[in-house]
Amino acid sequence: MTDRILLAHGSGGSLSHDIVNEGILSVLGNPILNKLDDSAVFDAKGKIAFTTDSHVVQPLFFPGGDIGKLSVCGTVNDLSVMGATPLYLSLALIIEEGLPIADLKNVINSIKEAAEEAGVKIVTGDTKVVNRGNADKLFINTAGIGIIADGINISGHNARPGNKIILSGTIGDHGIAVLSKREGIGFETKLQSDSAPLNKMIAEMIQVSNKINCMRDPTRGGLSSTLNEIAGQSGVSIRIDEDKIPVRREVAAACEMLGLDPLYIANEGKVVVVVEAEDADKILEQMKKNKYGQNAAIIGEVTEKHAARVTLKTALGTSRIVDMLVGEPLPRIC
Amino acid sequence: MTELSSFRQSDMAKGLVESIKRHALKEARYMEFCGSHTVAVMRNGLRQLLPKTLTLTSGPGCPVCVTDNSELDKAIALAQVPDVIITSFGDMIRVPGSHSNLQEAKANGSDVRVVYSPLDALQIARTNPYKSVIFIAVGFETTAPTVAASILQAKQEGLNNYYILSLHKVCPPVIKALLDSGEVNLQGLICPGHVSAVIGAKAWDFIAKDYGIPCVVAGFEPLDILQCIDMLAQQTAKGEARVEIAYKRSVTHNGNITAQRILEQVFQPAAASWRGMGDVPGSGLKLRPEFSAYDAELKFDFDPGPTKIQKGCICGEVLRGVKIPTECKLFRKVCTPLNPIGPCMVSSEGSCAAYYHYGESNDR
Amino acid sequence: MCVAVPSLITALDGSDAVVDIGGISRKTSLMLTPEAKIGDYVLIHAGYAISIVDREEAEATLELFRELADGIEPEELIS
Repeated sequence: MTDRILLAHGSGGSLSHDIVNEGILSVLGNPILNKLDDSAVFDAKGKIAFTTDSHVVQPLFFPGGDIGKLSVCGTVNDLSVMGATPLYLSLALIIEEGLPIADLKNVINSIKEAAEEAGVKIVTGDTKVVNRGNADKLFINTAGIGIIADGINISGHNARPGNKIILSGTIGDHGIAVLSKREGIGFETKLQSDSAPLNKMIAEMIQVSNKINCMRDPTRGGLSSTLNEIAGQSGVSIRIDEDKIPVRREVAAACEMLGLDPLYIANEGKVVVVVEAEDADKILEQMKKNKYGQNAAIIGEVTEKHAARVTLKTALGTSRIVDMLVGEPLPRIC
Repeated sequence: MTELSSFRQSDMAKGLVESIKRHALKEARYMEFCGSHTVAVMRNGLRQLLPKTLTLTSGPGCPVCVTDNSELDKAIALAQVPDVIITSFGDMIRVPGSHSNLQEAKANGSDVRVVYSPLDALQIARTNPYKSVIFIAVGFETTAPTVAASILQAKQEGLNNYYILSLHKVCPPVIKALLDSGEVNLQGLICPGHVSAVIGAKAWDFIAKDYGIPCVVAGFEPLDILQCIDMLAQQTAKGEARVEIAYKRSVTHNGNITAQRILEQVFQPAAASWRGMGDVPGSGLKLRPEFSAYDAELKFDFDPGPTKIQKGCICGEVLRGVKIPTECKLFRKVCTPLNPIGPCMVSSEGSCAAYYHYGESNDR
Repeated sequence: MCVAVPSLITALDGSDAVVDIGGISRKTSLMLTPEAKIGDYVLIHAGYAISIVDREEAEATLELFRELADGIEPEELIS
């Protein structure tokens, strides 16, 4: 048997069945998925959150994770930050001809691990194989469904002046861990991607407080872009404190070396939470009890309601504007 | 040594700021030549700490910004040559030439790769022996020795598929041209720290001596820059014009002699075209004849086409310190980091980008 | 211009070195600073060490800053 994915694996014929049965079902199977009907069928009650995300990352495997883990955590987190309990995910694979089957198996195993940790099931899926050169090794799309309990209203539109901003931990870990493995940039670091499912921590937070107004996971574009999005959607300004933002020493150093700013570097296991001031300490305390929130900190607050601007108080006490990310952050020499 | 953080301690900044206030009693305009200084000033909001007597103005010290359209057109044309891999610092990828940029060339099928170091470009050449690897060599005296070293290394290894497009520029001649133009009235120059680490603080002696302008070499941490401004203010107060170093841990009077020697071994001075300044004699670097085999311009047949200059863009005046970005009609309206018309907006250390990103809170 | 970071040389092989920059490590060429040795801090620019950091000067400068800061009330910088 070949050790690489062939076009025939996507033909719908017997090789396709091998991949689906041996490669995927045997690992991810559950009663809903195992039926292999054209749609997954399940009961759901209440307000439903529905999201989709496509995952492309180069390289596929990086310190602290891989594209499989990302594809589960990303969708789980997108549901969770709306206050939903994630339940079911779809999984669509677009595979470039020639991908080592061992790589695919590793990715599927990470999907299983991440889904188990998050307590979600893969209930429907699809596999396509494209000609060599028509995709970059492996693309994954996941969609997810979650249930929002009564009384929860969390949205990027809900930030109000006086609210506190809580960040769940250090920024830039994912982006720098991935960058460390890129051709032409490489450096060695023990730094790991922060890729993680945050649904359990978020559920604990919602349990202790009903005063969470917005949540968002600062993925691509980094913390700065997420804060600018919230400011824009809610029509408020946000002020953050440079000294309060947790940044690992390695991330700070890599950013120094490459001329980058941690505020613009991607995260895959962090959440920004905007809360009523009176509950801020309580929520922070709860977050710190979870392993994904140990380094959580209150980093700033929502200020007067007009300019939709994010400002930062520097370590020197001066202030500057924090803008959205423009284009991909590229290492620079000057 | 916790160097990265110690030069940022805010309690120590207070002492420097008080000292500046004591010394800066006379009105004075200081130019930070170097783009990294411009960014450090904006990012740390340093203008907010200075007394009203002092004005900081930005100079032409960003190698990306001063790269002329005609030079970028060459890089983009080289990217169309078959079996070529273009390697470049990330800075250059989005800079617009007459009609396009390297990012668009990549989207159109050229093989364009971002590297952090010429060492990485060498490695790509080693692993792709059937391709020609061209490094787009931009940068001042800080960067040019690294590229020179990479050529010596290629020669030693017998690596014969590595080439450079030399767009290097050197600083002292352009500062001289700027001062000779009489367009800017300066009472002090914040000299570039890492250029000076290579060429030595002595390179600025002529400015103090011939033009009577105080010169202080500065590092890039907030405290380094504040110390430099304090030293300039002290010279202004006493009516002196000397070259001093506010970055003694990395810069000496004579600089890095080995780096200077390697630079001179591989490169020779040439005229260069600066965006906004035009041709400045002796301000560029080209490969010496004995290294011409590594010269992409000589090796490949390519046609950059006629150069087109963007109308209405005042990058030239901004680079000369004559105007500030907000005086440009295109600023923020047509010209944004996403759709940069001029290079001062695209380079992250360009003045226009710095004003755009860190903008209004720095207004005085 | 010219991003350059102070880095600690941790290993040496001819003119190739490994440097530590705040917990990350990277290969670096010492072709431009042949006199640098293990334990030295060097400024890294575009993958090359361009100068050796003088630790005594660094400490002296910090000491100067401390003296200036002495006796100043810890009030806000912007008045």
